[in-house]
Amino acid sequence: MIRVVLPAHLRTLARVAGEVRVEVASSPPTQRAVLDALEARYPVLRGTIRDAATQRRRAFVRFFACGEDLSHEPPDAPLPEPVVQGREPFLVVGAMAGG
Amino acid sequence: MSRVRVLVGTRKGAFVLTSDGQRRHWEIAGPHFAGWEVYHVKGSPADPQRIYASQSTGWFGQLIQRSDDGGRSWMPVGNEFVYEGVPGTHQWYDGTPHPWEFARVWHLEPSRTDPDFVYAGVEDAALFRTTDAGQSWQELSGLRGHGSGPRWQPGAGGMCLHTILVDPTNPSRIFIAISAAGAFRSDDAGKTWKPINRGLRSEQIPEPTAEVGHCVHRIALHPSRPQVLFMQKHWDVMRSDDAGESWREVSGNLPSDFGFPIEVHAHEPETIYVVPIQSDSEHFPPEGRLRVYRSRSGGDEWEALTNGLPQRDCYVNVLRDATCVDELDPCGVYVGTTGGQVYASADAGDSWAPIASHLPAVLSVEVQTLP
Repeated sequence: MIRVVLPAHLRTLARVAGEVRVEVASSPPTQRAVLDALEARYPVLRGTIRDAATQRRRAFVRFFACGEDLSHEPPDAPLPEPVVQGREPFLVVGAMAGG
Repeated sequence: MSRVRVLVGTRKGAFVLTSDGQRRHWEIAGPHFAGWEVYHVKGSPADPQRIYASQSTGWFGQLIQRSDDGGRSWMPVGNEFVYEGVPGTHQWYDGTPHPWEFARVWHLEPSRTDPDFVYAGVEDAALFRTTDAGQSWQELSGLRGHGSGPRWQPGAGGMCLHTILVDPTNPSRIFIAISAAGAFRSDDAGKTWKPINRGLRSEQIPEPTAEVGHCVHRIALHPSRPQVLFMQKHWDVMRSDDAGESWREVSGNLPSDFGFPIEVHAHEPETIYVVPIQSDSEHFPPEGRLRVYRSRSGGDEWEALTNGLPQRDCYVNVLRDATCVDELDPCGVYVGTTGGQVYASADAGDSWAPIASHLPAVLSVEVQTLP
């Protein structure tokens, strides 16, 4: 199980509190597989983290884990081992911008 | 006794204001979708309990929400707005070609007869529709396919399709307006389109009387006389008596003919309302006095409506979708400001009072007249 922390607006949309956990089928688990699993479980999140048509990460969304910015990692790169093992969460973050 | 329900979209959520037919005492519910920009909220004339809302942010994109209980609870529906085919390019601010990119839904126009049927006007400019209550959206691509698309360009707010008017006597006839392309009409339910901008003059574009390229801010019609259109352009208030085939200026004695909204009285097709704004570079009322102007002659002659509106130190704007009228008698008029006030008049504009004073900047105001 992969632990995912969503930003407040997306937790409200998905009607969840705190972390969510998703089962990822691919081995090794990847960013794309986590997002696929997340959207399958919470269809309302389709289009909010990555563009529904192009699958590109939305410009003001970032991915962090284990103190690293994974936003520019290829979507099919393996996730860090602590995330795979469930010791660290995969963070979806709304960039600081706006008013 | 009749009731009214005012649907307010703001920069930070949606609000639902309700009152009885006297329109003196108001309840405010919300914010719904707190923290999100809500460009438009509109109810279905066929089923007033059915309401659609456009919810978006620059962070997380576009959602469409639907309520089936008059705005008490909401359910996200489909949010995929995919241009049909290869989207092509329009003109960018610097004159270079720029690919069409979906940004947000500006306006939702539910059908008069079918609560599941809604048109959506989007940025970058295109017209979509749903026939399944918002679950899926299809583009009416004949509009972009008209051929003039490469000459369309964004206004300061983006290249948005912001106005959708369906002829109540002939649902195959649709009028839309785009900033900055102009007004267009379809007579075949959106399959094909023609620009209807003859008579417009825009000094800010290279060819002031061009077929397209005009920054039309809003158009309006009265349901009893759908061949008569009123327009607030970037500058100039205009009128057409032939379904947009030709336009003439009716700015008359307005203190400024720049502005965003234009509205028609519910029972008097020749009574129209605008909110003059100082200029395209100073988006606030002339002299710091918020005045709604009313013409009872379909334009040319205008009177200032000031009773109850701030007449000093007022520097708010009123955006294009932020005025509306109810269907009661006397007709109610509603104006929302970027300062977060919603002003209402229960006597066709003679007197005004704030019905909400401290909302986020108001993007849109719609009203439902309920039995």
